[in-house]
Amino acid sequence: MGQTMTEKILAKAAGKKKVYPGELINAKVDMALGNDITAPVAINEFNKIGVEKVFDQERIALIPDHFTPNKDIQSAEQAKLVREFARRQKIVHYYEVGRMGIEHALLPELGLALPGELIIGADSHTCTYGALGTFATGVGSTDLAAVMATGELWFKVPPTIRIVFEGRLPPWTSGKDLILYTIGQLGTDGARYAALEFTGPVIAGLGMDGRFSISNMAIEAGAKAGLIPPDDTTARYLQGRAKRPYEAVLGDEDAAVQQEFRWNVDEMEPQVSVPFSPANARPVSRVAGTKIDQVVIGSCTNGRIEDLRQAAALLKGRRIHSRVRLIVIPATQAIYLQALREGLLEIFIEAEAAVSTPTCGPCLGGHMGILAEGEVAVATTNRNFKGRMGHPQSQVYLAGPAVAAASALAGEIIHPRELGEVN
Amino acid sequence: MGQIKGKVWIFGDDIDTDAIIPARYLNVSVPSELALHCMEDADPSFSGKVSRGDVIVAGSNFGCGSSREHAPLAIKEAGIACVIAKNFARIFYRNAINIGLPILESEEASAFLKEGQIVEINLEKGEITESSSGRIFSAVPFPPFMQEIISAGGLINFIKDGQ
Repeated sequence: MGQTMTEKILAKAAGKKKVYPGELINAKVDMALGNDITAPVAINEFNKIGVEKVFDQERIALIPDHFTPNKDIQSAEQAKLVREFARRQKIVHYYEVGRMGIEHALLPELGLALPGELIIGADSHTCTYGALGTFATGVGSTDLAAVMATGELWFKVPPTIRIVFEGRLPPWTSGKDLILYTIGQLGTDGARYAALEFTGPVIAGLGMDGRFSISNMAIEAGAKAGLIPPDDTTARYLQGRAKRPYEAVLGDEDAAVQQEFRWNVDEMEPQVSVPFSPANARPVSRVAGTKIDQVVIGSCTNGRIEDLRQAAALLKGRRIHSRVRLIVIPATQAIYLQALREGLLEIFIEAEAAVSTPTCGPCLGGHMGILAEGEVAVATTNRNFKGRMGHPQSQVYLAGPAVAAASALAGEIIHPRELGEVN
Repeated sequence: MGQIKGKVWIFGDDIDTDAIIPARYLNVSVPSELALHCMEDADPSFSGKVSRGDVIVAGSNFGCGSSREHAPLAIKEAGIACVIAKNFARIFYRNAINIGLPILESEEASAFLKEGQIVEINLEKGEITESSSGRIFSAVPFPPFMQEIISAGGLINFIKDGQ
């Protein structure tokens, strides 16, 4: 019996020949990540362990991205604590405002997440790097503290649930629609403790940005990781980017998986997840006409250049609905600059959008677009739990960039193909 | 770990970390301040009525969503002695063990227990007793390795002990 990608990566990291689902292992971590919310707690715990130095200054990334640029004095204090720790410990991959990006867009962009590696992050969306064939998983601050001190952590080897997408993605759909559909099918705990593996011709035809959106939201189905087998697209993305030598790991064809789903996407409509769960995925036509107050295009899920291009293609030469506030947040400085050079920012500003420096900001109800009581938003972000973007009595509909941009123009949720009739 | 005896507070399925501790309060990491907002978006009055030693009993996938350790920290600091659920989201499960917040998985207890009942919990045995009826529920036992972390009082002490 062969092994899955997950089992092979974890076996290698644990220094074992083979590992089995359910097995508890101790494994070496290739990269560990913290942000301005989770790192302060981790630093506090690290200091209790009593070691002087972190295990490796080049294998820790500290990225203040959630409440930065600092939204208030308390956030500034948290960011300061992280900054001072990074300086004291000579952390190589500390990225300050102006050089930073949303962590899960920035690390891959910098070539710091690589196929076959084991990466942990004190942020649940660390699973994003699975798109590169990395076993990447979110943990808490104490786990991060342990890794900063020792370079190792305990893991339970997860079983694999394989998702095979067949057919062709219809117009106006993207990686985001595939993952919203998946979570809708599995439920918020359908992949609890398991590793999701996404394969098939549709995935093979997707660019890296669409793949990142998919792996990013594996956690919303409860998964520990969301892997995509590395291929030529992955190799091209990493060319000239990878900061370490790497060895891509593929699963064996005869590896045992816990479950396999095969879905044909030929007829798939753009998906929208309605409040208050990412698992409430619906075809957009089922919720069309829902009036909205705000649209957010950005986040670690959909703040990459492909996402901005999709939105700009719809917004070009148009103005958003008078009732709507549109906030566009490129996920990293490099994406921001590229969007500027491609003329996308001009399109957004002429459409009367607010364009922001990179930040997680509104996605978690931090800042830069908090909702008031009763307000409704369409967002390309990843969670729509009660109160996620602000007031507990506000609502978030999750969608891809095309539906988000089209809805900003219409003032209500709309299928992008209907836009011609609006302006 | 001593004997736990406390009042039951019931919550449903998929209680997410934004409900346990909304992100708007994450600009601090002091547990006592987090505790003031514990469970606020699931039950705004919770932090005012909970007493030290009480027990949260929830459905499936408790603690889903973000990795914020502030969630189990807020619950622990609010005085909750144990969280019982049908099952837990993965990161919350790790975090609770790592910080020494007792948690138990028991489908039966999750289905049977009602708000306001008094339960007695023996963590070593993984036994939950409903006081008035005397009915006993067994929790899923922890693997020995995790039991060692729990016995050490959390992951940091476990690592220190190993050094």
